Amino acid sequence: MSMIEFHDVQKFYGHFHALHDINLKIDQGETVVLIGPSGSGKSTLVRTVNGLESIQKGQLIVNNHDLSDPKTDLNILRRDVGMVFQHFNLYKNKDVLENIMLAPRIVSHMPEKENKEQAMHLLEMVGLEKWAHNMPSQISGGQKQRVAIARTLAMRPKLILYDEPTSALDPEMIDDVLQVIKKVTTDSGMTSLIVTHEMGFAKEVANRVIFMDQGRIVEDDASESFFKRPKTERAQQFLSKIISH
Amino acid sequence: MINIFSHFSSQLLVGLGWTVLSSVIALFFSLIIGTIFAIMEIVPNKVLRTIGRAYVEIFRNIPLLVITMFFYLVIPMYVVKINGFTAGTIGLSLYTSAFIAETVRSGIQSVAGGQMEGARSTGMTYWQAMRYIILPQAFKIVIPPLGNQFVNLVKNSSVLAFVAGFDLMYQANSIASTTFDTINSYLVVGVLYLIITLPLSYYMQHLEKKLA
Repeated sequence: MSMIEFHDVQKFYGHFHALHDINLKIDQGETVVLIGPSGSGKSTLVRTVNGLESIQKGQLIVNNHDLSDPKTDLNILRRDVGMVFQHFNLYKNKDVLENIMLAPRIVSHMPEKENKEQAMHLLEMVGLEKWAHNMPSQISGGQKQRVAIARTLAMRPKLILYDEPTSALDPEMIDDVLQVIKKVTTDSGMTSLIVTHEMGFAKEVANRVIFMDQGRIVEDDASESFFKRPKTERAQQFLSKIISH
Repeated sequence: MINIFSHFSSQLLVGLGWTVLSSVIALFFSLIIGTIFAIMEIVPNKVLRTIGRAYVEIFRNIPLLVITMFFYLVIPMYVVKINGFTAGTIGLSLYTSAFIAETVRSGIQSVAGGQMEGARSTGMTYWQAMRYIILPQAFKIVIPPLGNQFVNLVKNSSVLAFVAGFDLMYQANSIASTTFDTINSYLVVGVLYLIITLPLSYYMQHLEKKLA
């Protein structure tokens, strides 16, 4: 069963053509990594999947909701589609535990006891149970991102979108976050779409790699064969530059 | 000055009472109205946004005295009889609410962005995100500028004097015209205004430090 389907999707910002003829099908349970130079449209593509960006043409179906239909209720779609941001976007007015418990309480009306148990369990999983009552301003970037992942998991999503989850982190924090993402993507049967510049990580977790350039999907291949040797020259060029340092 | 105060203390205290009462009522309503219009100014709906914008621009750019006179003279003539105090307090509330709307709007916009996207991505509705995430943070940010608005509000309440609102300024005029001691009459009233505004000002500074 497919989780995400793009059919000839076009996205414009005014006259700027941000996404060109996107055709893409991602099945349930796949872990897909999206790579490409900055400005290639990776983040824009990921943000269209939960409706943070609108599309102007074509059809986009996510978890059986048609995002090209203006009548589609995005709030319902987003209950099943989590998102992890580059800059975490933790609620600054709530402590770590509340960050995780708020949406299950007010969106899915989970009983308080179950909600709290789940939140503590998730915090343990990301190694932050001791920080439950700290404010986001009191924890490091890497810890914030792990809380953000726990917050996303608390809604028990079918699909998680990661928009450059480690790009704003200090180098030493990156690994902890990647380990958590790896754990989440491998144990769960969840579908993941990950924008990243971490090639080692991409190689480890991805079933499939999509390479974008200038708003187009240039290459879409199984992870192994892509990292062995990309088919297009543009992707080869990109990979050689990124891996060389 | 002492003379004026001891002779007219009861009259001055009445004035002080009306000034404080009018300020408190106007503060309450301008905060509510201002917040409503601040939100209207930024909602996705275009019609609401235009109404919000229009309200703010109109009430912010007409002199307070003109607004107050309108409620004092025009409303009783065509709509409903209201006294000077009520007319003045309505004028004051509407005028101040336009400034509060601008202040709160800028606070909301400085919080929104990432915080809004974070909240919406968990399935919260726009209004849930506003209520639980955006507004609590926005109000914290706008406390210092709101404090200035409150101090201005107290001072602006002197507009009641023009519509027989029995406030401090009204009493000053009346004492000055009976005693002909204009200097001391207005000095006393100036001091009485300071007694309200200075503690308010200090309290706001304290609050700002505490929240920072």
